[in-house]
Amino acid sequence: MKTNSLEYSTEQNRLKILGFWIFLGAEIALFGTLFATYFTLVNRTGHGPVGSEIFELTPVLIETFVLLTSSFVIGLGINAMRLGNKKAMTIFFVITLLLGLTFLGVEIFEFIHYVDIGAGITVSAFTSALLTLLGTHGAHVTLGLFWGLAIVLQVAKRGITADTSNKAFIFSLYWHFLDVVWIFIFSFVYLKGMM
Amino acid sequence: MKKIWVLLGLAAIMLPTLSGCQLKVLDPKGPVAETQAGVIKLSMIVMAFIVLTVVGLYLFMLYKYRASKVGADYKPPHIEGSRVLETIWITIPILIVIFLSIVTVKSTSEVEATPKGYEDQDPLIIYAASSNWKWHFSYPEQNIETVNYVNIPTNRPIEFKLYSYGPITSFWIPQLGGQKYAMSDMVNTLHLLADTPGSYLGRNSNFNGAGFAEMEFETQAMSQKDFDKWVKDVHHTAEKLTEPTFNELLKDGHLGRKTYTGTHLTFRPAPEMHHMKKMDGHQKATEGQHHHE
Amino acid sequence: MKEYFSRFAVPDNGEPMIIASQILIVIVSLGIIVGLTYFKKWKYLWNEWLTTVDHKRIGIMYILSALLMLFRGGVDALLMRAQTSMPENGLLDAQHYNEIFTTHGVIMILFMAMPFIIGLMNVVIPLQIGARDVAFPRLNALSFWLFFFGAMLFNISFVIGGSPDAGWTAYFPLASTEFSESVGMNYYAIAIQIAGIGTLMTGINFIVTILKMRAPGMTLMKMPMFTWSILITNIIIVFAFPVLTVALALMTMDRLFGTQFFTMSNGGMDMLWANLFWVWGHPEVYIVILPAFGIYSEIISTFAKRNLYGYKSMVFSMVAISALSFLVWAHHFYTMGHGAMVNGIFSITTMAIAVPTGVKMFNWLLTLYKGKIEFKTPMLWAMAFIPIFLIGGVTGVMLAMASADYQYHNTMFLVAHFHYVLIPGTVFAVLAGFTYWWPKIFGFSLSEKIGKWSFWFIAISFNVTFFPMFITGLNGQARRMYTYSESTGFGPLNFISFIGALGLAVGFVLIVYNIYWSTRYAPRHVTEDPWDARSLEWATHSPVPAYNFAVTPVVESTQAFWDAKEKGTQLFRGKYEPIHMPSNSGLPFIMGVLFFFFGFCMVFGMWIPSIIFGLAIFACMMYRSFEHDPGYHISVEEIKETEKKYGVNSHENQLA
Repeated sequence: MKTNSLEYSTEQNRLKILGFWIFLGAEIALFGTLFATYFTLVNRTGHGPVGSEIFELTPVLIETFVLLTSSFVIGLGINAMRLGNKKAMTIFFVITLLLGLTFLGVEIFEFIHYVDIGAGITVSAFTSALLTLLGTHGAHVTLGLFWGLAIVLQVAKRGITADTSNKAFIFSLYWHFLDVVWIFIFSFVYLKGMM
Repeated sequence: MKKIWVLLGLAAIMLPTLSGCQLKVLDPKGPVAETQAGVIKLSMIVMAFIVLTVVGLYLFMLYKYRASKVGADYKPPHIEGSRVLETIWITIPILIVIFLSIVTVKSTSEVEATPKGYEDQDPLIIYAASSNWKWHFSYPEQNIETVNYVNIPTNRPIEFKLYSYGPITSFWIPQLGGQKYAMSDMVNTLHLLADTPGSYLGRNSNFNGAGFAEMEFETQAMSQKDFDKWVKDVHHTAEKLTEPTFNELLKDGHLGRKTYTGTHLTFRPAPEMHHMKKMDGHQKATEGQHHHE
Repeated sequence: MKEYFSRFAVPDNGEPMIIASQILIVIVSLGIIVGLTYFKKWKYLWNEWLTTVDHKRIGIMYILSALLMLFRGGVDALLMRAQTSMPENGLLDAQHYNEIFTTHGVIMILFMAMPFIIGLMNVVIPLQIGARDVAFPRLNALSFWLFFFGAMLFNISFVIGGSPDAGWTAYFPLASTEFSESVGMNYYAIAIQIAGIGTLMTGINFIVTILKMRAPGMTLMKMPMFTWSILITNIIIVFAFPVLTVALALMTMDRLFGTQFFTMSNGGMDMLWANLFWVWGHPEVYIVILPAFGIYSEIISTFAKRNLYGYKSMVFSMVAISALSFLVWAHHFYTMGHGAMVNGIFSITTMAIAVPTGVKMFNWLLTLYKGKIEFKTPMLWAMAFIPIFLIGGVTGVMLAMASADYQYHNTMFLVAHFHYVLIPGTVFAVLAGFTYWWPKIFGFSLSEKIGKWSFWFIAISFNVTFFPMFITGLNGQARRMYTYSESTGFGPLNFISFIGALGLAVGFVLIVYNIYWSTRYAPRHVTEDPWDARSLEWATHSPVPAYNFAVTPVVESTQAFWDAKEKGTQLFRGKYEPIHMPSNSGLPFIMGVLFFFFGFCMVFGMWIPSIIFGLAIFACMMYRSFEHDPGYHISVEEIKETEKKYGVNSHENQLA
């Protein structure tokens, strides 16, 4: 079914999808390195706080819920796209982006909170590594919001074409990937840190 | 082909230089450096064997199959490969690597421990710390501190405890043994031993900024008797190292030799309390001493 | 106002060499601008080069930039050898010496070896696999411009603000603001970052190109060896460069924003930098050496007039090397004190690399077996490579033995070793490839006579320069020392090194002279196949038309073109059809310029302009997203017209 879809319909589209998968491979290496850095430095807190002192469950649960839901919704969006339902696709994509925006809002709130309680990025090796890891993920989400917006606008203007469906599909891969990274952050940074 | 002759000629020029003046690394004055020189020489022989084999094969091919020799009408055949040959040149290198691995693992654990035959002695512990482009040597046992020179008794195992007040440096006395890094957040242990009295040049070999080239120190290996006498003399003549004096010392770029009684370890302990570093018996002993003083 | 501009001054200004360079840069830039205006070449430059997305032209620009950087790095090297040629020489002071060995390392690895190889792969790979271009031509242009402006940003550090001075390895805490106060290390972190992003995109681009765009019939195991080496190299790039991206980002944050990753207090960990750097750094060695293996495989097979011996084991050995390259990084710092156990493991993984490398060595030698060896210039480089690289390889095994490494580490022995690996392993290879593929790119050959002169100068001088370092290293000469006292006895051998360095300089000047001479005087219109070679790139015209192949070739074995010549296999089956081509775009160039200014402002911590340039880059990306670019088609008439110029009336008789 997959290879018959519109997003795979041209040679250039197939190249782009493969290229993006390889890019995600590089992203795995990037986040892998950031995780390795975090695990190396997690106990090197200097005079600053340790993880269990600063992590709070509520905002993290909201972030997790919002991002997981958005990943599900974009899946619905891609399904709508394959069915050729432009309106449903647009709605699902907009919901995805709104959820992403919510995630980002909570994360910004979380960061401000860290700075307020004396866990800013310059405090210790631990806070530097933590906020860099979270920040890199957050920056990816931010970029994704603009990217997703561009795609929604293009679909609105040009409809579901080989070109726009290809872009939307690739964007959905990116969005799922950010979700996976977040699951790792949630499990190995927050849950492990709070235990 | 010319290049080979040039290489041989070059080697011919170099060989007398090699044997004429002994190269420091191959002129060991203690068991650690001797182990290392032994490994180096052994590996050189193995490598020479490999180089000769390959270069021999190479010269043969170039000589035998050059276009001017095989004739204009010659048409080279199509050859896929040979299972037998490939097995041979995978197996032999693997055997060589296994052999060298055994040598490496054995010799590495040897140089990372008190030299063989000296285990019954209590090692002399000397803290060597770098700051800017100088070395501070503290003798907790003797309660002495020196700058830019270190005196050691012969035939007694020495444990240098290395750390740095700044960039990573590497503590190296080629004729006594290989080097190890001195870093700001942990203490490394380097085992050395001199079996011949003499003066050996030591230096920092890891680039650490503008004054790096001049960052040398002298190692005097002397008999236990001379060493004890030197310790006694120091206690008679040298002034006491105080915290303000030490802080002044840290600031300077370069310094000449200095000698003090007391060590900076009492007011500025080495960064050895860190995780992952297991405290061994000796360190505990020295810690104990600090508290005594 | 004056205070504002004082930040751009080079610390300890008044150094005559820096002032001379500043003046020279201004004069050369003015000269280029005046020249372009006078000869009315602006439009040509913009239309044909700055906006091009043609892989061949991008490749040429990569190679030109690499040659330029070779000379910058070469001058650094010459100054280093001159300074250490005599004990207590006063040519350079410590600071200046530290700067040039830092820039020498960075430039030679990242801005010379890498782009030279990427340049050759750009030119050759699409031709060798029978493709019309790379998978993402415009991304390819962006890769080039990011590399180019990254390199330029790095180079202006010499005249604006001060060069980096903490070594190319930039170990912390030496590279922190505490010990390296000038903006030099900011340049290092940001310029390499910009170029590195370009490299990562190259990696993705070429993997997709090779996996998806091969000519019909060319299965993976029928790819020419150079294509294989490039595929594996790019896989390494994709997994290694993100590590560098992170390492440099952390460095930037430590230096500019006061984070505590590698600091000496608050939990910072200097060893983390060394680990991250070498987790990228060791695979990087193979990124520049595996393509060389590919180049040599092509050349040796061509000039021995034999098929490559042991094709399968050649492929598997490269795969093995690439996997092992990620498992050996700690051998760069055995002396960091991780104990006999860890060192032992890394010793074994390191020595294990010798096995697949040995397999390649023997396969090359057996390719010569029963061959008919012609000593043309590219072959001379390949033949010099074998014994010299062998010495580099066996000394590598010696260095891999941890206990002995405690004595070699940080010494000239190590310096000798990696030059014995990298110069025959990369420099000889790119020079060989450059000479080999030159007629394909430009339609005329480089002079064999001058080529051979430059070869002998470089091959001999190389050994004169670097062999003595093995000896001074064993005698206790540490690397990176700007001077030494006479009593050390290092003097005479260092002087020999200096003589060798002069010889190398002559050799490289001869290469440039060869380009000049051949461009002016060499006979034009060489055949499409001047070396009697075997792979597809030789089946199309020289110089290659924009569309590469008028008809897509069909492949039956690892040496498709040889089959066509020897067995009469039909390479080009089918008729001319309109060819789809990507259109040129100025966007990659503009983005490169914006990245340059963004980076420059970041280096000096000028936040507001940085943000503005950052937003401009973002705007370019948005523009790209909305842009609709269908490309254009070359009509059948046009193809016929072009083919006629090459003397082909119909594609059927294209192969005589």
